[in-house]
Amino acid sequence: MPETTPSGDTTLFSETIAARKISRVERFLGPENYRIVMGLLKTPASIMGFILISFFVIIALAAPLIAPPVNQKDPYKIPRDGFKAEPQPMGSLWKSKAPPLPFWWEPIMGSDQWTHILGTSQGQYDVFYGIIWGTRTAFRTGLIVTIATFLIGIIIGSVSAYYGGAVDNVIMRIVDVFLTLPFILAALILATILTPRIGKSLYPAIIALVTFGWMGYARIIRGDILSIKERDYIMAARVIGVKDSRILFRHIIPNAIFPTLVLASLAVGDVVLSFAALSFLGIGTDVGYADWGQVLSFARNWITSLDTYWYIIVWPGLALVLYVMGFNLVGDALRDVLDPRMRGKT
Amino acid sequence: MPDLLLDIKGLETQFKTPDGIVHAVNGVSFGLKEGETLGVVGESGCGKSVTMLSILGLIASPPGKVVAGEALFFGQDLLKMPNEKLRHVRGAQIAMIFQDPMTSLNPVLTIGRQLEEPLMIHIDMTKNQARERAAELLSMVGIPNAKDRLNDYPHQYSGGMRQRVMIAMALSCSPQVLIADEPTTALDVTIQAQIMDLVKRLRSELGMAIVWITHDLGVVAGLAQRVLVMYGGFIIEEASVNDLFANPSHPYTIGLIGSLPRVDGKQQGRLYSIEGQPPVLYQKPQSCPFAPRCKWVMERCWKENPLLIPISDEHRVACWVDVKTGRPR
Repeated sequence: MPETTPSGDTTLFSETIAARKISRVERFLGPENYRIVMGLLKTPASIMGFILISFFVIIALAAPLIAPPVNQKDPYKIPRDGFKAEPQPMGSLWKSKAPPLPFWWEPIMGSDQWTHILGTSQGQYDVFYGIIWGTRTAFRTGLIVTIATFLIGIIIGSVSAYYGGAVDNVIMRIVDVFLTLPFILAALILATILTPRIGKSLYPAIIALVTFGWMGYARIIRGDILSIKERDYIMAARVIGVKDSRILFRHIIPNAIFPTLVLASLAVGDVVLSFAALSFLGIGTDVGYADWGQVLSFARNWITSLDTYWYIIVWPGLALVLYVMGFNLVGDALRDVLDPRMRGKT
Repeated sequence: MPDLLLDIKGLETQFKTPDGIVHAVNGVSFGLKEGETLGVVGESGCGKSVTMLSILGLIASPPGKVVAGEALFFGQDLLKMPNEKLRHVRGAQIAMIFQDPMTSLNPVLTIGRQLEEPLMIHIDMTKNQARERAAELLSMVGIPNAKDRLNDYPHQYSGGMRQRVMIAMALSCSPQVLIADEPTTALDVTIQAQIMDLVKRLRSELGMAIVWITHDLGVVAGLAQRVLVMYGGFIIEEASVNDLFANPSHPYTIGLIGSLPRVDGKQQGRLYSIEGQPPVLYQKPQSCPFAPRCKWVMERCWKENPLLIPISDEHRVACWVDVKTGRPR
């Protein structure tokens, strides 16, 4: 290639870095993202987290196979076996209105009798159904709330940091006001106000959690943008005449977004926890809607005799703990990988 | 004068700070001829960079503001130009490179994409054309295997290579003016020499005018044709390179030259240093800004700020004292 031969004197020029093979995946992701992904795949904690999350993803996807619903149109309604208050122990038989038998039951158990695998809770709600279908609810609420708060936070934080001055001041004071409100209490009140207006469903609680959950993202992205904005390469981009909007979206945000992403990955678990708390307090969905918080709330009246009825709190509680732990492990690993002091060690 | 490419008249830039208004640039006027290399020297904080950033409309506002002056480029005032139009002057006609190449490239974009950016913005090249041109540019600044190295990221380049990339980026749209803001300060001396050679070669190949900001008089001696010496936001001396070194006429210039080590062995004992710090001007000075550090200082220096007056054909100086005789001019 004669045209690309350097015309200058390169005899002094002995500063070439040893060439390194760059894989297609790395080229596609960019070096920074590639390093992060590889780092995550090498950390035992995050592998554990990914396993837990995949486990729940499989359960959520296969819910109709694992626990076939009684009513196909309303699968999220936990089937109940009568109306007696007292919980039934694990393994007791379905007495009335048994749902269809799942395909895996007979080959494994050698019986065509559908039982309450994890017992029933107050009002004869089946705990197993509640947990399996509740996994879907957990993903739905977790993802909707996290994505919504993330986007709102990014937009508000970017606007604030980008315009600066008075705009920044006003927005950040509004953020401060939101941060002074006690989260669960504020969400509880808003959800209570919303429920009679938009009906009992997941949405009052989701809206409440979004309304009071975006401030952390806004603050973090604002801080990072403010710091990136002053970097030399942003000045260099302005010097070559790049448009302001392009500078923000192409030069600033890709450099500033990672800490916020870590926060979001941790939040997926936390959101489900807050949602369960609201649900436990009886906000949002109809009684009997498959949701872990709802299942836990059935145990409220039996707290004094949990030595007998332990299964009504342990199983839904365990599902909740493992789910949150999965996201926290991945989030923690992500934070370690993104820590500049960890550079080059993964 | 029609042969002036860039004509700066009475430029004044101020910054609002909690302690008051800082007068960073105070009525700076100078011209840049086509194809000429102009050195701008002075200590840190003398207003060298701020002057250049003001011309390009890159002073952060607030706190900064260009309060007066004109910057005529092909007869058009850059300071009054609408933003969108000025954006197309920047990068396309006037380019700038910075001091620290390690931080001047975006770490998440490949070298190729960053080189393509100005080409696609200013001369409407397609992606493929821009890519080819980027490879040419990279080999022009002396980076071997240019085509392959376009796919590298900044962290895979060394400091000297990154400065070469910055130069390639600045020259991508064939600007008439290149402003170099201390481009060799952050590099070690062997790389400095390479970068200077590169700039000299490109200057003769492409014929652009260069404004070279530095505090290294040695660099100026080797590169520039004309020199501005700045102090406290004023131009205090302006001369051709030979004249400046042979016949320095401002006490500050004498101090700067005196603080350079000499290789011909005429120097004896310790190097000279100018006592004190350059001033931060919260008011327009009523005295000569250099007076507190000057050893020729007279009574008049405390009462009036000297104007830049010609002492010979191409030599202007702002001082009340004739340093040769030590008497008032």
